[in-house]
Amino acid sequence: MRGQANPVRAYGPILLMAAVLGALPLLAASNTLLNAMVLALIIALAAQGWNILGGYGGQFSFGHAAFFGMGAYCTAILQTRFGVNAYIAFAAAVAVGSLVGLAIGYLSFRSGLRGSYFALGTLAFAEVFRILANASAFTGGAAGVLIKLDVRPETFQFASRAVYFWIALGLVTAVMLVNRWIERSRFGAWLVAIRENEDAAKALGVDTFAVKLKAITLSAAITAVSGAFYAQYFLFLDAGIAFGPWISVEALLAPIIGGLGTVFGPVIGALGLHFVSEMTRHVTGRIPGIDLVLYGALLVVMVAFARDGIIGLLMKLRARLAGGRA
Amino acid sequence: MTAGGDVILSVENASRRFGGLLAVDDASMTAGRGRITGLIGPNGAGKTTLFAMISGFIEPTAGRIVFEGADIAALPPHRRAIAGIARTFQIVQPFAGLSVRDNIAVGAHLRRPGREHALARADEVGRLVGLGDKLDDPASDLTVSGRKRLELARALATDPKLLLLDEVLAGLNPSEVRDVVPVIRSIRDTGVTIVMVEHVMQAVMSLCEDIFVLAQGRIIARGGPAEVTRDPKVVEAYLGHGAAARLVAREGADHG
Ligand SMILES: Nc1ncnc2c1ncn2[C@@H]1O[C@H](COP(=O)(O)OP(=O)(O)OP(=O)(O)O)[C@@H](O)[C@H]1O
Ligand SMILES: [Mg+2]
Repeated sequence: MRGQANPVRAYGPILLMAAVLGALPLLAASNTLLNAMVLALIIALAAQGWNILGGYGGQFSFGHAAFFGMGAYCTAILQTRFGVNAYIAFAAAVAVGSLVGLAIGYLSFRSGLRGSYFALGTLAFAEVFRILANASAFTGGAAGVLIKLDVRPETFQFASRAVYFWIALGLVTAVMLVNRWIERSRFGAWLVAIRENEDAAKALGVDTFAVKLKAITLSAAITAVSGAFYAQYFLFLDAGIAFGPWISVEALLAPIIGGLGTVFGPVIGALGLHFVSEMTRHVTGRIPGIDLVLYGALLVVMVAFARDGIIGLLMKLRARLAGGRA
Repeated sequence: MTAGGDVILSVENASRRFGGLLAVDDASMTAGRGRITGLIGPNGAGKTTLFAMISGFIEPTAGRIVFEGADIAALPPHRRAIAGIARTFQIVQPFAGLSVRDNIAVGAHLRRPGREHALARADEVGRLVGLGDKLDDPASDLTVSGRKRLELARALATDPKLLLLDEVLAGLNPSEVRDVVPVIRSIRDTGVTIVMVEHVMQAVMSLCEDIFVLAQGRIIARGGPAEVTRDPKVVEAYLGHGAAARLVAREGADHG
């Protein structure tokens, strides 16, 4: 955690970034661009959730789709089957997502799962959910769920893509602020201590089980927000979208590429990934799986040359510039 | 000895078996409140294992660990830290990716929820152990001696009642040992009870008021420093490793 004693220096850059991005729809309101941006911000949210547990806490999950999908399905099913108001459904979806996080965390951490065992455990949960959602009539089976198109603010549906963009940006910004606040709190210090050395943390009085549980619950809640917003934006989902490995992969890739355990890392990583994948789509056309090939290549490059992600590179650059001036 | 004095910690007939090896064998020891107690013995005697049982990292196969009158054998490590027991690790366990200050702050947070308070306390403790000019450095940049000091600082930052030091002087050169010895004494002077495992005999002799000697898992001697080093059983235990001979020779030279 870098020293940010001054609140303006701690929170200022986050608000500045939000203001700059927020002006985007006023300057270039092409629907294609906004669409890409909304999707990138949804990924950013999922990645921010993953980053709490993985980036700060060092508990790498391969199954954040479990929380994303839970958020998405709850939002959709509560509206379509039970006629619940969209906003209430959204809130309930986040609550259910965080409870699922708590439950998976309890089972995994109580049984002492660490490292790759924890990663595989979470992957297994996500896959079980995907198979169940695909098979069960309650979740619409393989056909998925369609939220009725009804464009009114009361139903959380808007005619303008810019409104979705601003809401997504607001959510991402809010999570960044929470994230920064955690960095400056005892909970954050304990979480990072667990990542660095769990035994040392225990010796210093850290209840590692409780801290990890809190982290996975918050992590799941944020990723469930991402899933719920996805459902609300696209108004359609199926098991492959909601619980599929694609979102688990993007949620962990964005922070790794952007910078693990940093506030800006997951957001920069998600925006960067989507920029790159859009560009390749323009160049190569739609080759199935090209995204994954590209992501794999990027990951190899980052692991080989930039362990601390884009944020780490920027920090190094800044240090070098500061050193050059001195 | 601590006879009649206030005993803060008492290990009662503790044993620990690792497969076929009885690492600690029916060992009993006490630590008097506000005193420095030494735990010495040859390599592999079971000293670290005994510390791990007191701090909760290893469960005893038999026996009781009584801290301030309560049997704590069932408490997990973090609950023992909250109760007031802090330990250092013989094999240092720094939070390698964090700065020295943030390392110590994790300890300070135990009794200081606020970030500012914890950081202020970290600076204070860091300076006390001689890491004042390294607070902003990454812990991974520290030398062996720096890492030992960091272990001490982090444990101390938890404001313990009982501090277990496992070879914090190992790997330090004589001048560094001379720096750290007064620090340990000053910690005791603030009212913290200390139990230390140490091979640096000169430090043990100058710091410890009570000494327990562990050999092959058993407590073979207890008493004041002079008493213990003259004990034939102790000389015997060390002789195999050649340490006692040197000790006796040095003592002879001191007296001659
Ligand atoms: N986790 C473990 N599993 C199996 N054997 C162990 C374990 N921990 C310690 N031992 C064994 O128990 C015995 C006592 O080890 P311990 O580390 O407690 O000795 P020590 O007195 O601290 O020695 P040293 O002075 O070398 O630090 C040794 O023979 C060691 O190999
Ligand atoms: Mg040892």
